[in-house]
Amino acid sequence: MTAASTSLSAIELEEKLDEYLDPVLSSRRTAVNLAAGLAEFARDQQDFALRWVGIIAKTNAELAYQFAAQAPEGLRLMPPDDLESWIIQAMDAYDRMGLYPASAEFQNVAAYAARARARSIGVSLDSVSGVLEIFLRGLSGRALKVEACDEVYTDTTTLFLPATLARLPGKADNFRLYKAIAAHQWAQTWYGTYCADLTEVLSDFPDPDYATRLFYALETARLDARIATDLPGLYRDMQRLKTELGETSYPASWHGHLASLRSPAASVRTTIGALQALYGTDIPAAQCYQGFLYPARATQAMAQRLAREKDQFHAALARLLEEKHRRAEPGAPAEESGADSERFRMQRTPDPDHPGKWHHELALDGQVVAIPPDVKALMDSIIQDLGDIPDEYLVAAGDGGYRREGEEKNPDDVWKGTYHEEGAFLYNEWDYRRQHYRKHWCVLREVDVHPVEDDFVARTRAKYSASIASLRRSFEALRGEERLMKRQKNGDNIDFDALVEAYADMHHGMELSEQVLTKRQKLERDIAVMFMVDMSGSTKGWINDAEREALVLLCEALEVLGDRYAIYGFSGITRKRCDLYRIKRFDEPYSISVQARISGIKPEDYTRMGATIRHLTRLLNDVEARTKLLITLSDGKPDDYDGYRGDYGIEDTRQALIEAKRDGIHPFCITIDTEARDYLPHMYGAVNWTIIDDVRRLPLKVSEIYRRLTT
Amino acid sequence: MDVHAVSARDYLVRKEPYYEPQGNEIALFEAAYRNQIPVLLKGPTGCGKTRFMEHMAWRLKRPLVTVSCHDDLTASDLVGRYLITASETAWVDGPLARAVRIGAVCYLDEIVEARKDTTVVIHPLADDRRALPIEKTGELLQAAPEFCLAISYNPGYQSVLKDLKQSTRQRFVAIEFTYPATELEQRIIIHESGIDPEMAARLVKFAGMTRNLKGNGLDEGASTRLLVHAAKLMASGIDPRQACRGAIAEALTDDAEMLAAVNELSASLF
Repeated sequence: MTAASTSLSAIELEEKLDEYLDPVLSSRRTAVNLAAGLAEFARDQQDFALRWVGIIAKTNAELAYQFAAQAPEGLRLMPPDDLESWIIQAMDAYDRMGLYPASAEFQNVAAYAARARARSIGVSLDSVSGVLEIFLRGLSGRALKVEACDEVYTDTTTLFLPATLARLPGKADNFRLYKAIAAHQWAQTWYGTYCADLTEVLSDFPDPDYATRLFYALETARLDARIATDLPGLYRDMQRLKTELGETSYPASWHGHLASLRSPAASVRTTIGALQALYGTDIPAAQCYQGFLYPARATQAMAQRLAREKDQFHAALARLLEEKHRRAEPGAPAEESGADSERFRMQRTPDPDHPGKWHHELALDGQVVAIPPDVKALMDSIIQDLGDIPDEYLVAAGDGGYRREGEEKNPDDVWKGTYHEEGAFLYNEWDYRRQHYRKHWCVLREVDVHPVEDDFVARTRAKYSASIASLRRSFEALRGEERLMKRQKNGDNIDFDALVEAYADMHHGMELSEQVLTKRQKLERDIAVMFMVDMSGSTKGWINDAEREALVLLCEALEVLGDRYAIYGFSGITRKRCDLYRIKRFDEPYSISVQARISGIKPEDYTRMGATIRHLTRLLNDVEARTKLLITLSDGKPDDYDGYRGDYGIEDTRQALIEAKRDGIHPFCITIDTEARDYLPHMYGAVNWTIIDDVRRLPLKVSEIYRRLTT
Repeated sequence: MDVHAVSARDYLVRKEPYYEPQGNEIALFEAAYRNQIPVLLKGPTGCGKTRFMEHMAWRLKRPLVTVSCHDDLTASDLVGRYLITASETAWVDGPLARAVRIGAVCYLDEIVEARKDTTVVIHPLADDRRALPIEKTGELLQAAPEFCLAISYNPGYQSVLKDLKQSTRQRFVAIEFTYPATELEQRIIIHESGIDPEMAARLVKFAGMTRNLKGNGLDEGASTRLLVHAAKLMASGIDPRQACRGAIAEALTDDAEMLAAVNELSASLF
């Protein structure tokens, strides 16, 4: 064995632990037991544990102590990957809720290990809900939501499925089970389980609970038969699951009824008939993909949906009517609106593809109207619930008919904030020591710069009047114009000058040039640029002045050029207060108020760059442009009050820039920090930065750099 | 003076292209042709627009010149240009000018893909002037009576850049194409690939599922063309699930989640 792989002794371990855990150790609480616990492990496991003790101790020494105490158990129970996610979860808990919940995470090592094992073979609903939702959408037009719930059932709007499945030995098998459960629930909504008023039917029996279970068992037999005809591949999968998880055989008394349940003409009425005949017999065990049946919940959800869709349908009809009016001759007399009810009619023709079903078309004044896809989906959904569009639906909404639309908020869209973070944006922050993100770590708000209406912009213009004129000229030359390119190898037209020359050359015995064509080339500029201006306390004085002057010149130049641009200043103090100052948004013209805001830029607090870059990346992502630039004007390293400095700040900023680049944004940094050579290449990459030694040259330089960058 | 003498015969469609009418589009096209009105074919990709044009050219016994437009297609690519030969410059007709001369059916496929200046070139041809001015030679090329202009366009693209200008679209008789009805689509698949009706029916059902997903993660559902591809693979002995994956799912999307879901849908049917 080599020295490196020899395990550390308890004494050696104790020494290292003492060093990390010093603040929480005392004469009565020593690292002896911790060291003893780790002594039995191999060197790489010991190193792993020690390394993490060190990392956690930087956050909180007590938490590191707790980890060290549980590490032996963790090492015994889990492979390294799971160990690491266990640690990260505990540290996240610390970040969010503090020491006690985090310690509890460490102490529950056995429970975590069990969950991790289940995860390695099991499938979580989170990881498959996207696929399942699309899958269900494909099966039928109506969107069904998928949600995790301890009880498996559907209310015809949402499918409630278990949060994880680990009943079969492999991930793929468990996914198959998910699919079968979901498809079984979908079949209830699609093949009309709830078309009859089940609540009423079932409550008529002496034992409604027993009746519900028996009904569900019979209905499952009917639905399985429908799936077997329509989706044979899925049916095969479900059969396979049955053999793997234990098949249910139906009792002999059922056989006569099964045949009628399985016939294509069977409906939920057939099932109710069978229920009445078989009431009192034993119920066979549930199929592996069955859940529960809650007719009352389904009835309630359906009633809500029907009411909503009825309103939407009325509104849609009103829109169709309005469109017809608009298209009609302007001079034609307005038609009586009272007769609306007779104007819409459903035309039903037998559907050749599905015997027994109907093909529905909407007619207005006797003429079939082309309906937009969203209305078609609405109609399909209503027909799915009711089997038809009843006559009371065929009335266009009067005034206020749109009322209910848009009033309901989608719960996913509402900002999920806590009391003091209401309305703010939360961003992750990269902790290089953990090599993981701290989740929702920074709280960022967009605020307005307090505008200062003075003569700053006018003074700057006067001061640089000569430079502005030349800037304008040089930027004008960049403007998107069609340019005739001469002497091209390929082109639309002959460049006769070049051709004559080439001819002369040829007669002199020289080679005939190939470049004798002209080509028109459109120079399109499709650029959106975001300027991110340092407003930290360190810019106080002439740096701030230079920054503001630079922005004035830049705006002058960019107005000539026509590129879209936005300017935001950033500052803040601690992760809870990252402020982003709006100076100019993309959709805002370069107006007097923008000028007043530029004038109002003043030094504030610190520079937490990561969160700012992440937010500006998000803003840039909303802009359509072929080229997107994020240009930082800064005077130093990322720096904030609560430990956001040195490597930590640089690494987080770097990570944020990597994220931006992943979104197709080109970051660039202009700085006046002469020491920036040491850290900028690491953050921005080898070439995407420039240092301006002389602050006084900043105003002119920025525009020049911009021109160079975008040509 | 043509460098390449192009004969109309080269463009003739000799064998009857298989085409199943969706409605009265054949009669509509013939009427437009007789009245010298240009035609605009609207519809999603792969629903039979190009095949329809081949069929109509065959029916009308006219040569068919097809140009697939792309975003670098310039006016001179259509009209023609000077080329340099050994000792002089020579004018060469582009496909449009050629079609005008020989009285062919000229079909500009996916016209919105072409540059804006290109679409303007067809304006004088598309109204009652029926002439193609060739600026560079000074010639005003009068269209032969048999000449017919047709363009196609997919209104499904939601890009503002890919919209047809009113001044262009209002010169045409428009024929709308959609995916064929279930039974018809089945017949097309059977004819084109030779698979059995049961499999064709399932393919059409699968197409319907993907069309349900349009606007919910997919830009387009599976077209009839894709179904025919899958059916051909299946007829060559490829497992149906594999055929659907290769010919349809992968062709529709690159999104991993969407792919998985589409594959699950095909696996449910086969």
